[in-house]
Amino acid sequence: MIKVEHLVKHYGANCAVDDVSFEIARGEVVGFLGPNGAGKSTTLNIITGYLSSTSGRVTVDGINVLDAPLAVKQRIGYLPEQPPLYPDMTVEEYLIFVYNLKKCDLNRTKHLEEICEVVKLTDVYHRLIRHLSKGYRQRVGIAQALIGNPPVIIFDEPTVGLDPKQIIEIRNLIRTLGKDHTVVLSTHILQEVQAVCDRIIIINKGRIVADELTENIDRVAGSNSRYTLKICGPQKEVLSLLRARHDVIYAESMPTRDGDAYTYQVEAQKGLDIRKSLFYAMAERGWPIVGMESIGMSLEDIFISVVDKTDNPERGRGKRGRAATAEQDIAASILAKTAEKQKNTEPYQGDD
Amino acid sequence: MFAIFKKELRAYFINPVGYVYVGVFLTAAALICAYTTIQKSSYSTTAYFQYLLFAFVILIPLLTMRLFSEERKMRTEQLLLTSPVSITGMVFGKYLAALSLFAATVLASCVNFFPLFSYAIQERATSTTDAHVGPVGGQMVGCLLGVLLVGAAFIAVGLFVSSLTENQLSAAVITIGVLVGMMLIGVFNSYIAAAPVRAVLNWISILSRYEGFSLGLFDFAAVVYYLSISGVFLFLTVRVYEKRRWG
Repeated sequence: MIKVEHLVKHYGANCAVDDVSFEIARGEVVGFLGPNGAGKSTTLNIITGYLSSTSGRVTVDGINVLDAPLAVKQRIGYLPEQPPLYPDMTVEEYLIFVYNLKKCDLNRTKHLEEICEVVKLTDVYHRLIRHLSKGYRQRVGIAQALIGNPPVIIFDEPTVGLDPKQIIEIRNLIRTLGKDHTVVLSTHILQEVQAVCDRIIIINKGRIVADELTENIDRVAGSNSRYTLKICGPQKEVLSLLRARHDVIYAESMPTRDGDAYTYQVEAQKGLDIRKSLFYAMAERGWPIVGMESIGMSLEDIFISVVDKTDNPERGRGKRGRAATAEQDIAASILAKTAEKQKNTEPYQGDD
Repeated sequence: MFAIFKKELRAYFINPVGYVYVGVFLTAAALICAYTTIQKSSYSTTAYFQYLLFAFVILIPLLTMRLFSEERKMRTEQLLLTSPVSITGMVFGKYLAALSLFAATVLASCVNFFPLFSYAIQERATSTTDAHVGPVGGQMVGCLLGVLLVGAAFIAVGLFVSSLTENQLSAAVITIGVLVGMMLIGVFNSYIAAAPVRAVLNWISILSRYEGFSLGLFDFAAVVYYLSISGVFLFLTVRVYEKRRWG
C-alpha cells in the first residue's frame, strides 16, 4: 500500500532522513519508532506530501506522490504531531470544513455522525474547539483524519499529552481501525507499538535500524535469556558459584531479600537453557531455589540496544564483561522498572 | 478551493477583525465623502476615490494579515497542504475570500452617493439651464472599477507578505510599508528631475495608472497592469509554499 524507496531528506547540511526504504502492505498496522529527532515526522510528512524528499520515491496505492499528489492525499488521513485545529470553530464547523476540503461524496450528516461516535465526540459536537481539553482536541484531530474513509491512516504521536484512560481508548480505536485500514503510527512510547502494531520499524538518526514483526522484534537485539533467581543460602558463595559457571555470562545479587532467600539476576549464554542444571547444582550444595523467573527482553531494552548499536557500534557489540558494571546497573534498573510497569499496566489493559 | 473560500469568509466574522475592517472602512468612506463632496459643495467624486485609495493602505492589511500567518502559527497549514487541494487552489481560495469582502464593502460604501443624487434631483428641479447637474455616472463607475482593481492588487501584495511570516502584526506592518512605498512612487515622482527616471517610475506607479479611471475612461492597459500585479504576487505566494516544501 505504501512503498518508500531510498528516501533522503536534507535540511540544508543537516540530513534528517538518510536512505530509508520500507513497504507497508494493505491492512497492516505499523509502528514507527524512534527517539526524538530521529526523522519519524519528516518521513511521515513526505509520505503525506507536506514535504518533498531530496531524493527517493514514495508511492501510495501504486501512485507516486510527486506525479499525482492530490490523488495520494485523497487516500491518506493524517493526524500531524500537533492536531491542525481552528480554535474559533465549533467541532461541527471544523469537521464540515474538513469534509468539504477533502471533497467527499458520502452522506455528510451520517458520515460525521459515525465518526463522532467512533471517537466519542458527540458530547462536545457543538462546542468551540478553543474550549476543549487536550484529550478532546486530540480526538477532533483523529476524527479529522478519518473523514472521507481514507484507506491509509497516518498518526504522528497520537497519544502525547493524554491521560492513561484516553491513551487506552485511543489505542483501542487504532486497533479497531487496523481491521480495515492501513495504519501507520509514529511514537516514542514503546508499549504503544507493542500494544497495537503488527510490525515495528525502528528508525534512528534518519536510518532504519530494525524492521520486524512485533513478535519477532527481540530477535534483532540478539538477546540472551535472563532469569531472576531466589536462592536460600550464603549470598557470597552462591554468587561466586553462579559466576564460576561457564554457561552464565553475568550474575549479580540484588538488594531484595525474601526471608533467608537472596535474589540474583543471571544471564545465560545464548541458546542455552541453564535452568535444570542450575537446579541440580544448587540442590547438591543444599541451597534450595525458591523462585525462578524468566525475564523476557522488554521493548525498552531492545530499543535501547538497537539505538545504542547504531550510535556507537563498538559498545553494543562488545562482550559484556565484569568491567561494565555501571552500564549493567543502569540496564538492570531499567529492567526492574519496566517489569514493574508491565505488571501495573496489564490488568489495566485487561479490562478495557 | 471553495471550502477554503467559505472558511475564510466565515473566519472574518468569527474574529473581530472582519467587523473592525468593515466598520473602519464604512466610517472612513462616509467621512471622506462628506468632506470631499458635501462640504465642498461639489458633485465630483474623484477626490473621494483618491482619498479612499490612501485609506486602503491601512485597511487592506487588516484583511490579509492573518490569512497565511495564522495558519502557519497554528500549524493548520499542515491540514490544508495534506488535503486534496493544490497550493494554487489554496492561495486562490484565500485571495477570493479577501477580495469578495473587499468588493462587498466598496459596493456598500456607495450608499454615500445617495445624498449627492438627492441633492442633484432637487437642484435639477429648480435649474433653468440645460447643463448637467449632479454626479457623473460614467466617472463614478470608472473610479469604482479603478478602486476595485487597485484593491485587488493590494490584497495580492498583502497575501504574499502574510505567507512570509508567522506573526499577524508583522505581516500587517510590512504590508503597510510595502503599500505606502507603492503609493509614494506615484506621489514623489513629479519631484524627480531626471526625465528618464521619472518616466520609468511613472510607468510602474500604481497611482498614475489610476488616473484614466478617475476621468471615467476604461484604460485597458491599466486593467492588464493591475491584474498582472495581482497575478505576480499570487504566483510568488504559491512559490513561497512550493519552496517551503522543498526546503
